[in-house]
Amino acid sequence: MNAAPLLQIRDLQKAYVLDGVTIQALRDIDLNVEPGEFVAIMGPSGSGKSTLMYILGCLDVPDAGNYQLHGQDITRMDGDQLATLRNREIGFVFQNFNLLPRTSALENVETPLIYAGIGKTERRKKARATLERMGLGERLYHLPNQLSGGQAQRVAIARALVTQPSLLLADEPTGNVDTATSAEIMTLLDELNRQEGLTIVLITHEQEVAKHARRRLFLRDGRLEMQA
Amino acid sequence: MNWTTVLQLALRALWRNKTRAMLTTLGVVIGVGSVIAMLGIGSGAQQRIAAQLASMGTNSLVIRSGSVTRGGVRTGAGGITTLTRDDADAIAELPDVVAVAPSLRDTAQVRYRGTNWGTAIQGVTPDYTIVRSWPLAEGEFITRRHVLGASHVCVLGQTVARELFGLTSPLGESIVIKGMACQVIGVLTEKGATAWGSDQDDAIFAPITTVQRKIKGITHIERIELEASDREASFRLIKEIKRLLRQRHRLREGQPDDFRMYNRAELAETSEESARVFTWLLGSIASVSLLVGGIGIMNIMLVSVTERTHEIGIRMALGARQRDILWQFLLEALVLSTAGGVLGIFLGLGGALAVARFSALPVTVTPVSVLVAFLFAGLVGVFFGLHPARKASQLRPIEALRYE
Repeated sequence: MNAAPLLQIRDLQKAYVLDGVTIQALRDIDLNVEPGEFVAIMGPSGSGKSTLMYILGCLDVPDAGNYQLHGQDITRMDGDQLATLRNREIGFVFQNFNLLPRTSALENVETPLIYAGIGKTERRKKARATLERMGLGERLYHLPNQLSGGQAQRVAIARALVTQPSLLLADEPTGNVDTATSAEIMTLLDELNRQEGLTIVLITHEQEVAKHARRRLFLRDGRLEMQA
Repeated sequence: MNWTTVLQLALRALWRNKTRAMLTTLGVVIGVGSVIAMLGIGSGAQQRIAAQLASMGTNSLVIRSGSVTRGGVRTGAGGITTLTRDDADAIAELPDVVAVAPSLRDTAQVRYRGTNWGTAIQGVTPDYTIVRSWPLAEGEFITRRHVLGASHVCVLGQTVARELFGLTSPLGESIVIKGMACQVIGVLTEKGATAWGSDQDDAIFAPITTVQRKIKGITHIERIELEASDREASFRLIKEIKRLLRQRHRLREGQPDDFRMYNRAELAETSEESARVFTWLLGSIASVSLLVGGIGIMNIMLVSVTERTHEIGIRMALGARQRDILWQFLLEALVLSTAGGVLGIFLGLGGALAVARFSALPVTVTPVSVLVAFLFAGLVGVFFGLHPARKASQLRPIEALRYE
């Protein structure tokens, strides 16, 4: 067994100020995620889920505590180092897809490869292959507004996976789609985890969705609790 | 990220807002175009003035008989009869005087066989062509002997020669000036218009004595032109001639001069200076429009940054670094301004050509002005693009992502 966890958080604190009131969003968070795990973090709205998700995704930094991703201490990194880390290690899937508007599916999937400094030909090849794997070979040149919710989310998943990240962060990935599509997306994530050993951290408030994960954690008032 | 990739991103972003991009560019197009056209008009005027000054002889002085006040009535310039050929001879004795040309002028209807032409008759001496630096086209000019003998001979300006003789040579022909037959002995080369627009070639030149005695019936002269050895001498000679003439005309202290002097060197400097000022003025007015075009770019880029905040957030989540965002937006501004610059060069050249064609103004577009206008446009792009681009790149990823 590989002893080093992919993600290791110790005693993490995060507060933010809203309308002059300081809100302690996260308190004393401890969390380990091993490579190949599928973890769900649940909680009602306002429980600090989004704040945790932004910190896990290196989009924000904690006030105190320790966060190591792949053995790298992110609390000591500057903005550009965090950007490079996001580019290499993390794939994001958002609730509202967050595809670049008026930009084709193919170009959307190519975007992280641009920032990775990969040449045009290889970029095209990889983006196309990833989209085809998501069953979107027919939709390469469609714009986001020409895609259904399920298709848009699969483009977003393709974009998250095209850099072969070590961690997929999914923030309410089924929040904006109907039940059938939701099941379809969760099946896809299941497959990616089981067949390819992709590490997934899923953030959701839906029990049904969280069931797909093999470990479930509960966030309440900024504290992380285990759940049976 | 390499340059072609950033450029592609910038171009693609602009392409998504074609109309907006084109309208923004238009501001720069008009700015660059007007800078080039205005500088062209300005330097055209400058060159024309320089050419005219050269044709007048820039080291020359002009003395005209002055005005006088008698019982409250002031006659115009030339109303005094004290200026004489002896004055001219005295002036010729001064050091640094290269040549002196006394003259007087009349107007007359001149006849040659069936045609006639109203023109100026100038009474001159042999040195006239030296002072005016005005060579002959054919024949000979008035000689000392002609002056001494008040001969019935004349030399024609190009306009008169053309009007009376057409394409045939007037040499040896006889024309009639105020009832006096006069043999044509020479024709001057084309001199063109003066700076104030009168045609110098529309004149007939006769011996000064002939015009004094046989045409105007007077003994004084109206004008003395002289050539100094250099510009500095011309400035010094003004004072010396003034003293000399006051002495010769027996003017007491406190009495006003009965002559006026013009220094063409001074005139040249004034004209050159005003042409330069004119060019600068036109250029700076045009630059204002280029500046306005630049502000247009900044305005649109700021709107664009705000509008695309969420997009910037997505790009940051996908791994875009600050400089990636900075360069994308800066390059968008640069593409707008340089595209405007290139189109503006064509507009400016076209405008300059149109002005040259439809007005009498000469227009000279210099490569330097084109280059300066283009570089200025690029600078405008960087200057006005930098602020929005920095603003975009310094957004915090989560705030940009949350922005709707």
